[in-house]
Amino acid sequence: MSDSSIRTSNSVGTTSGSATGTANRTGGNRRSSTGSNQERVGTWGATLLVAEREILSQVRSKAFIISTVITLALVIGGIVLSSVLGNRAVDATPVAVVGSVPAEVTDSDALDVTAVAGRAEAEELVRAGDVDAALVPDGSAIGFSLIALDEAPEGLVSALSVSPTVELLDAAETTSGLRTLIGLAFGLVFMLAVIGSGATIMQNTVQEKQSRIVEILLAAVPARALLAGKILGNSVIGVGTAAAISAAAALGLAVTGQTELLDLLSAPLIWFVVFFVFGFVLVASVFAAGAALVSRQEDTGAVMTPAMMLVMIPYFGVVFFGDNALVMTILSYIPFSAPVAMPVRLFFGEAEWWEPVLSLGLLVAATAAVMLVASKIYTNSLLRMGSRVSLREALKAS
Amino acid sequence: MLSVRNISRSFGTHRVVDDVSFDVGRGRLTGFVGGNGAGKTTTMRMILGVLRPDSGSVTLDGEPVGQAALHGFGYMPEERGLYPKMEIGEQLAYLARLHGIDKATATQRGDDLLERLGLIERRRDKLEALSLGNQQRVQVAAALVHDPDVLIMDEPFSGLDPLAVDEVVAVIAEHAARGVPVLFSSHQLDVVERLCDDLVIIAGGKVRAAGEREALRDQYSGNRWSLEMNGDVGWVRGIPGVTVDELAGTTALFDAEPAAADAVLRSAVDRGTVTSFRPVRPTLGEIFRDIVVNAPAGAEEKVEAA
Repeated sequence: MSDSSIRTSNSVGTTSGSATGTANRTGGNRRSSTGSNQERVGTWGATLLVAEREILSQVRSKAFIISTVITLALVIGGIVLSSVLGNRAVDATPVAVVGSVPAEVTDSDALDVTAVAGRAEAEELVRAGDVDAALVPDGSAIGFSLIALDEAPEGLVSALSVSPTVELLDAAETTSGLRTLIGLAFGLVFMLAVIGSGATIMQNTVQEKQSRIVEILLAAVPARALLAGKILGNSVIGVGTAAAISAAAALGLAVTGQTELLDLLSAPLIWFVVFFVFGFVLVASVFAAGAALVSRQEDTGAVMTPAMMLVMIPYFGVVFFGDNALVMTILSYIPFSAPVAMPVRLFFGEAEWWEPVLSLGLLVAATAAVMLVASKIYTNSLLRMGSRVSLREALKAS
Repeated sequence: MLSVRNISRSFGTHRVVDDVSFDVGRGRLTGFVGGNGAGKTTTMRMILGVLRPDSGSVTLDGEPVGQAALHGFGYMPEERGLYPKMEIGEQLAYLARLHGIDKATATQRGDDLLERLGLIERRRDKLEALSLGNQQRVQVAAALVHDPDVLIMDEPFSGLDPLAVDEVVAVIAEHAARGVPVLFSSHQLDVVERLCDDLVIIAGGKVRAAGEREALRDQYSGNRWSLEMNGDVGWVRGIPGVTVDELAGTTALFDAEPAAADAVLRSAVDRGTVTSFRPVRPTLGEIFRDIVVNAPAGAEEKVEAA
């Protein structure tokens, strides 16, 4: 046998053998790509799944549970405690009393009674500030009315077991103190809720990017579903937490019998909730888009700061310019400050009925636009690692 | 069959993937081999639709790969990534559900895979509590949990001990046996050599060689022969046209054109009993070095050997 024939037959044998084997394997086990038993998840389904994970992973974390419980306890405890302490420690309110006011009304520890001869003298004392209020007889059912300078002293009204007609000598249109307080309250609730959730969204987004799980996720679901799910999940948590805190506060007020404040807030409060939800989604989108631009937790500061500004501005705007009707009107239409400014204006009855509707429309439109932009940034920068992606690059089509 | 046709992608001015085409047959384990920065990961990301190619197309059984088809793909990225603070069983179920599997089935699939990979008793553990090798197994499971139609794995064996490599190989081979096209990259050329049916070798963003493993080895075998016989083989040196590489008593390794090799065999048969005479085919590592070293300048300099 010739040498070349050994080689030739060998090589031919090997080749044909492996070729046959291949053919068998390929043919025998071929599986149709439609044969799998899985349904394709739609964007909405994926969004819900992402939101579900987002919610569960946070709700189960010890840090979240502990901080929520502490916050709720502080809110209820604070309200109850201040009410209890307030009732006990209140100083006797100095009042001027004109002779014929029934004795059982004035016979109270909470009142420091100065007896005066007539109404004129009582008013003088009130104007001079020597007394907080004066009780003068009138023809009403309870027999007397209350004269005060610019607002009825709350301690006095609650100390009297009946509510007399209040007559203000120098009534301001709305008290500046209350205005600041309400602005502060709306602003604080909005800012705390948004910053807390915004930071969480940012952290989770960067974490997904940093840990590269985003590659696996993007292979399964579109980027906009990831974004939407993240916003939805965190909004549910944020709004839920805010609702829980409000409920706790309402409970505290109800327990201590301070229901007047609740009645007062109701209509603007409902508007606040509506604005809150959309404003929340708006800010959440900004935070998520910002987070998509960086790859590491250490770099979040650069994008966190501008996002924080967007949240802080309405807060400070309302606190500092609460008295300026023009600034407040402008703030109540700017989407980022509307969730705080519009409810404040509504609270003081300064807005026409159509104003919150228009402002809300602007807010919703802005939210939709920001989500669209955020989705684009998200899609274009989620897989970009390394240094921060510039906004211009992220907005350019990939 | 998964077909990649003329895909290219540049980042800035750097052309990372340049006109790459190859096929991954159903039921074929296809090894994707190249140095660092050769364009493997970028190519894989483009197949997965995670990155858009500048030009070219990817088709599955002739159909362009769109969102619907991508859903059935299983992907193990090079940069490992899962949620560090999520229980591994739950994590796998979540990933399966993202692929459209209902909750109960998803949980079942995740548990089955963890069982196969020896991690079932740790299913309630958070990922970060696992050793790196075990995290790697979870990562493999994450790519398989939705019973993929196509499997793309970037460096599935890095960081695994030999036993774990075998476990993972067994699981992957099982999927290939179902008729799934499997493309995997690896720096462990010995594993690739043992495991894959087909090979794609990429360097500098271009495919340098592609085809069946054995065919490639034949193609790159050159003209090297090995002779083993009873008695000394020193005489081989005297045959014209023969360059001896190694000579050790009764065995010789030499380069020769087929005609000269015939002459050697003829003489050997005349001189005694030939126990072995065969062409020596290069290992994958040798082919790889050969191809990558010959890659034109301008390609990535860093070449990681096996």
